[in-house]
Amino acid sequence: MKILVIEDELQLQNSITESLEKENFLIETAADYHTAMEKVFVYDYDCILLDIMLPNGSGLDILKELKKEGKNGNVIIISAKDSLDDKLEGLELGADDYLTKPFHLAELNARVKAILRRKNLNGKNTIEFANTVLDLNERQFYVDGKGVPLNRKEFDILNYFLFNKNRLVTKTAMAEHVWGDNTDQADNLDFMYSQIKNLRKKLQRSQADIEIVSVYGVGYKLVEK
Amino acid sequence: MKLLNQSLKYLSLSILAIVTVWSVVFYINMLNEIKSSIDEGLENYKRLIIQNAKIDSSILTKTYFDESFFTLHEIDRETALSMRDRYADTIIYMQDADDKRPEPEPVRMLTTSFKIKDRFYELKVANSMVEEDDLIDQLFWDVIWLYIILIASIIIINNWVLKKLWKPFYAFLQQLKNYRLGSTKKLPEAQTTTKEFKDLQYAVNTLLRHSIAAFDQQKEFIGNASHELQTPLAMVTHKLELLLEKEDLKEEQAEKLVEIFQIVERLVRLNKSLLLLSKIDNKQFFDNQQVAINPLVTQTLAELEEISSFKKVETTVVENGRLNAHIDPILAQVVVSNLLKNAIFHNVENGTVSIGLSDTTLEICNTGKDERLHPEKVFSRFQTSRSKSHGTGLGLAIVKAISDLYGYRVSYAFDGGIHCFTVQFSTGG
Repeated sequence: MKILVIEDELQLQNSITESLEKENFLIETAADYHTAMEKVFVYDYDCILLDIMLPNGSGLDILKELKKEGKNGNVIIISAKDSLDDKLEGLELGADDYLTKPFHLAELNARVKAILRRKNLNGKNTIEFANTVLDLNERQFYVDGKGVPLNRKEFDILNYFLFNKNRLVTKTAMAEHVWGDNTDQADNLDFMYSQIKNLRKKLQRSQADIEIVSVYGVGYKLVEK
Repeated sequence: MKLLNQSLKYLSLSILAIVTVWSVVFYINMLNEIKSSIDEGLENYKRLIIQNAKIDSSILTKTYFDESFFTLHEIDRETALSMRDRYADTIIYMQDADDKRPEPEPVRMLTTSFKIKDRFYELKVANSMVEEDDLIDQLFWDVIWLYIILIASIIIINNWVLKKLWKPFYAFLQQLKNYRLGSTKKLPEAQTTTKEFKDLQYAVNTLLRHSIAAFDQQKEFIGNASHELQTPLAMVTHKLELLLEKEDLKEEQAEKLVEIFQIVERLVRLNKSLLLLSKIDNKQFFDNQQVAINPLVTQTLAELEEISSFKKVETTVVENGRLNAHIDPILAQVVVSNLLKNAIFHNVENGTVSIGLSDTTLEICNTGKDERLHPEKVFSRFQTSRSKSHGTGLGLAIVKAISDLYGYRVSYAFDGGIHCFTVQFSTGG
């Protein structure tokens, strides 16, 4: 899987690259408009992360050119502008997603994987990990082929964890993803503890070979036992 | 006070003064004119009497006023020689048709002397004169009527002329009132040939163009500020996330990193809130539409359900009406969720949040610290109670800013341990 990261801030570019490489993606980068245009039209990418404000040009112009060529699939806009107009224009031009900075790396992982998954669907849409299977279409969870009932939030949490296997998922990232913007002021995120606790119990009882471990009290990680 | 009434106020006062002065002068002049004309008559009368007396000496014995209105008295030489013609106002008893008995009437009297056959006589000739108080009375009413008629005609003329003259001005003013920076495309225009109005239009439009430029600049600045701050914040978050993924961190290092991470997350929240606040302050939300608040409240409560149940806070909704507001839906959501979050987070264990909805108001009451908050400071920026709260301190300030933007009234009350926040939506839509 080849991903192009178009981002002029090198520090940000590095972190994104480092994070995505951990997921075994092949990453290429472009830091300005012209390099980006060149790479976009010379090579094919499975996914393009596109910053809007670039030196020498706008990311939206790149998107327009891509649309002309019919290559505008699988673009995720990453922008510091939380402007509805930009978002609408970007999505109208065929971008798949719009991520406002600052975002969590776990969120970026999830979005990238969701898009790649949509592209490479062969009829079924499942994530497999150890002896477990999560069916995203049916919203079912199986351990050793046996169904384990999960409530809506538990499913969303597990789904997010599975998009970030073996990776740190901070509590904030999880809260924003599963509970939405309403947690932005939450001074403590302990409210999600009970959901995680229930999920852990269900994983244990169904003898799943995966477990949720705490990471320094700041977040969690889903690992194989 | 309208311009029309203003000008009327000054006009009526100055006309009153002018008419008063004029009527006094007019009265004095008229009286003088009357007197001098009577005096001429008396002079002529005097000559006739002296002439007649020379022919008919019986006249010389007439010593009291009767129908012919003169008297004669013989006087000694010295008195006669020292005497000069003297005109004076005096009073004589007279009776006319509408008088029951003789009444004192003002007369003009000429006193003079003459000589016939070496004998000296004093002659008094009188002529009835206009009664001054009658004259004043009559004149007074005439002036009052004049004044009333003048004012009435000025009102009518003013109304007509001013309305006609100021029509382009009011049309221009209306356009200005409806003008919204950033959303109105056309600059206001005055349909007129009047120089002053054209100048006004030019001045206003110059000012507007400056404001538009400043507004655009500010918008750009906000966009840039968000870019400048959000990107470094993203970098720090990412670096920390990657660092925290490392397996070989010492417990102590990890602890510090987590602390830093939490501070950065707070910075992120703060920056988000500040951006929202500056957007509201710059009136950059104007996608107003009819928003039903009732379902919004229920929906937000459902989203917050897990947090409230974790905090062991019970929420109840009492719907006494359907609250609709004409507002940007994003901002409506912000108002409702900020108030609800505030009520849930600043609560006590086993506390309650009760939400009341009427046709015009949203009231959110919660149990909390038994301490009255400052009713005005509670809405000001960065006002947090000294509790363990790590909120941004901007939640209620944002509610206030949105309320101000739409002219809603937001208030705080405290009674018996219950904190109540009320938003009075203007007219319900």
